[in-house]
Amino acid sequence: MKKIHFSRSSLGIPYGIFLVLFVVFPLLIILFYAFTDGQGRFSAENFIFFFSNGKTLGTLAYSLGIAASTTAASLLLAYPAAFILAKGRFRRRPVLLMLFILPMWINFTLRMTALKEILTVIEKNLAYYPFMNTVIGMTYDFLPFMILPVYNSIAKIDDSYAEAAMDLGAKPAQVFLKVMLPLSVPGIISGVMMVFLPAMTNYVVLDMLYNSTYIMGSLIGSYFSAYDWHNGSLISMILLAIILGFSLCSREFAGQKEERTGGIRI
Amino acid sequence: MIKKILPALWLAVVLLFLYVPVCLLAVYSFTDSSMIGSIRRFSLDNYRVLFTEPELRHMIVGTLLLALAVSAISTVLGTTGAIGAFYAKRRRRLCLELMNQIPVVNAEVVTGFSVCILLIVFLKIDKTTYIPLIAGLVSLCSPFVYLSVLPRLKQMDAGIYEAALDLGCTPWQALRKVVLPQLVPGIFSGFVMSVTLTLDDYFISTYTKPTLFDTISTYVVNATKGEQTEIKTALWALSTILFLCVCIVVLGMNLLGRKEQGGQEGQGSAR
Repeated sequence: MKKIHFSRSSLGIPYGIFLVLFVVFPLLIILFYAFTDGQGRFSAENFIFFFSNGKTLGTLAYSLGIAASTTAASLLLAYPAAFILAKGRFRRRPVLLMLFILPMWINFTLRMTALKEILTVIEKNLAYYPFMNTVIGMTYDFLPFMILPVYNSIAKIDDSYAEAAMDLGAKPAQVFLKVMLPLSVPGIISGVMMVFLPAMTNYVVLDMLYNSTYIMGSLIGSYFSAYDWHNGSLISMILLAIILGFSLCSREFAGQKEERTGGIRI
Repeated sequence: MIKKILPALWLAVVLLFLYVPVCLLAVYSFTDSSMIGSIRRFSLDNYRVLFTEPELRHMIVGTLLLALAVSAISTVLGTTGAIGAFYAKRRRRLCLELMNQIPVVNAEVVTGFSVCILLIVFLKIDKTTYIPLIAGLVSLCSPFVYLSVLPRLKQMDAGIYEAALDLGCTPWQALRKVVLPQLVPGIFSGFVMSVTLTLDDYFISTYTKPTLFDTISTYVVNATKGEQTEIKTALWALSTILFLCVCIVVLGMNLLGRKEQGGQEGQGSAR
């Protein structure tokens, strides 16, 4: 019997080895390259340069601005849509939901080409509003990734919570603000994670919409073209730190949420 | 009255935002105009160029072959990984789950760059062998296969495997003939997801691809920088064809899934 168990779980060994080799190991190498110089000696020079140079800090600030605006815009569009989809009465809800998710399966460079053509017709020259165009482009690209998790978390909310709140005298606005919105926070957080990070790094959207300002991703791209592995690794490291921070935060929030829903149940 | 119209209007606005660009481009791909807004006349020229221009044909066939190869490898790795993790002891399972989560939450730029640093810069593997490209894309896709197979394993009745053993199957037979068929929908949607992820990817491909090879994404990005209108409008045709393919596959999967689940609602299985 023991042998059988061994044989089933050992099926995961190739995948485990693969993940260590091609996922964990590359990240360690990046850490190594970020803090060494051309001769392989330890050096924090790139690190100090990044955080003391106006240009690179400006890039960080600009990509945070783009990411924050994109996240806000997609949440603003996606939340009501997800809410309506989850709680409205539709005969063909799965098909309707699929329509909102489907664009994420189409190659994003081709979709961006389409958006660029439209924006060019509307604005004549894309160079006038680079920031706005970029936010529109990224929202267009990432919107489905916001709708899906928000929809899932709203769909999970039991209707009886809202009914109970109404029976206890809450107005519709209060029901939304005090019951529905707090219960959908986990979905909002995972949606934000799906949008914020790509918005900091997807420099192809900027390239295709003729926005020549750099974001964090463009820095990696330009260091890659210049064979500057050490600085490129450092930028990747900084992005990884941001991702890690986000993940820890979301876990914290999710934990609080579970407690709170538990509270409601009692 | 307003209460009824407003929600529908909101959904319509979001859908218009998502679909107007792609659909308008699809309409214009059937004309001979090179700009949206200047209607001329019906023409299939873009489609002719798309299928006859050798450069374009190589790029499309190459990307499709790459997507199939990557998806096949990812599906095998992700599926075996999920089965292994499901039956493994708690600590090993958590370890695998954690590593699996890294490519899912990581930015694609960072994934691509890190694979490039390890394989091309550190281990000095030749880019022209396609090994870095395939390894990078598999490390992006297989976690999604894993994530779509795992729920199937959790839904499965644990007793049937034991029953198969009692009825005289060897563990391998039981796995292949009893467990695996139950996982097929998950494996299939993982495979489809891998194909679309590979077709969609830009960053991992740019950092790890052989210099002379182009995927759809890298080709489109380079083509839009140049001023070749014939290629540019042929890409509109490509966009239209891909759009139709995605519609057919997604709707088909949805219908199949619904038939199987007996009309159960709200299963957003993508990503």
